[in-house]
Amino acid sequence: MADHAQRSTVELKVNGDDQVLYLDHRTTLLDALREHLDLTGSKKGCDHGQCGACTVLVDGRRANACLLLAVAQQGREITTIEGLSTGGELHPVQQAFIDHDGFQCGYCTPGQICSAVAVLDEAERGWPSAVTADVAAADVRLDAAEIRERMSGNLCRCGAYVNIVTAVSAAAKGGA
Amino acid sequence: MKEFGYVRPADAAEAVATTYADANARYLGGGTNLVDLMKLGVETPSLLVDIAGLPLGQIEATDDAGLRIGALASNTDIAVDRLVRDGFPLLSEALLSGASGQLRNTATAGGNLLQRTRCGYFTDISKPCNKRQPGAGCAAKEGEHRNHAILGASTHCVATHPSDFAVALAALDARVEVESPAGTRTLALSDFYLPVGDTPQHEVALEHGELITAILVPAPPDAARSRYRKVRERASYAFAIGSVAAVVVVDDGTIRDVRIAIGAVASMPWRARLAEAALSDVAPSAASFAAAADLELAHARPLRDNTYKIPLVRDLIVATLCELTGVPT
Ligand SMILES: Cc1cc2nc3c(=O)[nH]c(=O)nc-3n(C[C@H](O)[C@H](O)[C@H](O)COP(=O)(O)OP(=O)(O)OC[C@H]3O[C@@H](n4cnc5c(N)ncnc54)[C@H](O)[C@@H]3O)c2cc1C
Ligand code: SF4
Ligand code: FES
Ligand code: FES
Repeated sequence: MADHAQRSTVELKVNGDDQVLYLDHRTTLLDALREHLDLTGSKKGCDHGQCGACTVLVDGRRANACLLLAVAQQGREITTIEGLSTGGELHPVQQAFIDHDGFQCGYCTPGQICSAVAVLDEAERGWPSAVTADVAAADVRLDAAEIRERMSGNLCRCGAYVNIVTAVSAAAKGGA
Repeated sequence: MKEFGYVRPADAAEAVATTYADANARYLGGGTNLVDLMKLGVETPSLLVDIAGLPLGQIEATDDAGLRIGALASNTDIAVDRLVRDGFPLLSEALLSGASGQLRNTATAGGNLLQRTRCGYFTDISKPCNKRQPGAGCAAKEGEHRNHAILGASTHCVATHPSDFAVALAALDARVEVESPAGTRTLALSDFYLPVGDTPQHEVALEHGELITAILVPAPPDAARSRYRKVRERASYAFAIGSVAAVVVVDDGTIRDVRIAIGAVASMPWRARLAEAALSDVAPSAASFAAAADLELAHARPLRDNTYKIPLVRDLIVATLCELTGVPT
C-alpha cells in the first residue's frame, strides 16, 4: 500500500480574496475559515450537518461547511457572512434580519443569513421545495410555508423562527 | 479523525484503478455521509479518491423516454431538473423531502444510494454492532430501535436504509450503472441492495472499488400517476419513520399497473410486491388498498418499540393510493 501525503496545498477564493493554504486533509472548510483565515462568523454548532450554523455559499450555492473537506474545495469561491456586505453597505438580507429582530443570541444568525440569501436565489430560479404543491410549476411564491420549509436546515436554539420568517419574507419582497 | 491521503483522479478509469489497488481507499462524493462517519471514527479510510471533479453529473433523456442521471449530479440538480420535474416528479418529491437545502446541494446521486444507516449504535463506536464489526452483536435489538426495520430484518441486524431517493427509484424500477476494471455493467436496484442475512456489513452488490457512474430510470407507464409521501417526527429536515412511493395506472375503473415501494421499514427500499399483486386488475377502493397493504404487512416482524410502523405504513399506502386514484379514503 502506497504511503500517502497527509497534507496538501489548496487554493480558495474566499469573499473575493485568493487564499493559498497548506492543510491537513482532515481540515474541514469550516475549520479552515475559522482557524486558518480567522473568519469566525461561520459558526460550529453540531459539526455533523444537523444544524446549519456553518452555512456558507460555495460557488453561489449554500452548503454546510462542517461536512466539506477544505482540500476538496480547490478552486472554489466561498462566501461567508463576512463577505455579504459591499462597501460598508449591509446585504438586504442582513438589513432585514436587523429590521425584523430575526435573532436573539445571534449564534445561528450567520448561517441563517447565508442560507436565506441562497433561498431567495433558488426561488428566483423557480426551484420547487417539499411544500410546493406541484413540483413542475414554473414559479415559486415565497409564502411563510415555503420559507419555513426552505429554511429548515437552519436550527435556532433561541426559537427566533417567527421573526426569521418575517425577515426572509421582507427581503424577498424588497429584492423582487 | 484518522489521517488520510487525498487524490483527485483525472478520469473514471483512474479513479477505479486507484480504488481497486487499495482496500482502504474510499470514493469521496459530496462527503455528507462519509466525512460525518470519519469524524465519528466509523469510517477510517487511508485514502480518499475525490470523484467530485469527474464529468458524471449529466441528467439526460434516453432514447426510450427514460432518464439517465449521472452519479455525481447533486440531489438538488436532480430535484430541480426540468426533465425530472415534468416526467419523473416522484424523484423530485422524494429528494426534496430529504435532508436540507444545504445538504442536497452537496450530496450526490451515487452517494445517496450508498449512504449508511442512521442506527445510533452503528454510529457509536463504543457500542456493539454487527454491521460495523461483524460478530460483535446488535445493541439495537434490545435497545433504542423506534426507527428500525419491521420487514426483511435478521437476528444479526435490524437497521433501515435511510434514503428517500432510493425508495422512489425502487418504485420506478431503476437500474444502477457501475464501472470496474472489467468494464461497465448495470444492475437492477432490486439486486443492488443485498438482503441482510448474517452479513449486515455487506449492503450492496458492488465489489470494493466499483464506481457508480449513473442511475437509469425507465419511462413510467403511460398515464401513470405517482406520489412520494414521507412521515417524520418533525415537519422537515428529518429522516422518514415511514414513507411510500407509488406509481399507478387506472384505466376504465381498473388498476392496470401499480408499483409500491416503502421506506424506513427495511435494510433496503422495500418493494411491496405482495400488495402490488393483490391490486392488479381490481377496482381502486380504500378497502382494496387496505387489504393489499395488510397482505404485505402480515410479514412484518416488529421490535418492542416499533409496532407503530405497521398501522403507519398501512395508512400511508391507503391514503397515497386513494389520492392517486381519486377514491375516498
Ligand atoms: C443531518 C442530515 C440529514 C439527512 N436527512 C436525509 C433525509 O431526510 N433523507 C435522505 O435520503 N438522506 C438524508 N441525509 C443523507 C444524505 O442524503 C446523504 O448523506 C447523501 O445523499 C450522501 O451523498 P454524498 O454524495 O454526500 O455521499 P458521500 O458521503 O460522498 O458518500 C457516501 C458513500 O458512498 C460512496 N460513494 C459516493 N459516490 C460513489 C460512487 N459514485 N460510486 C461508488 N461509491 C460512491 C462513498 O465512498 C461513501 O462510502 C441526511 C444527511 C444529514 C447529514
Ligand atoms: S441494527 Fe444493525 S446497525 Fe444497528 S446496532 Fe444492530 S447490527 Fe448495528
Ligand atoms: S455545524 Fe455544520 S451543520 Fe451544524
Ligand atoms: S438566535 Fe440564538 S440560536 Fe438562533
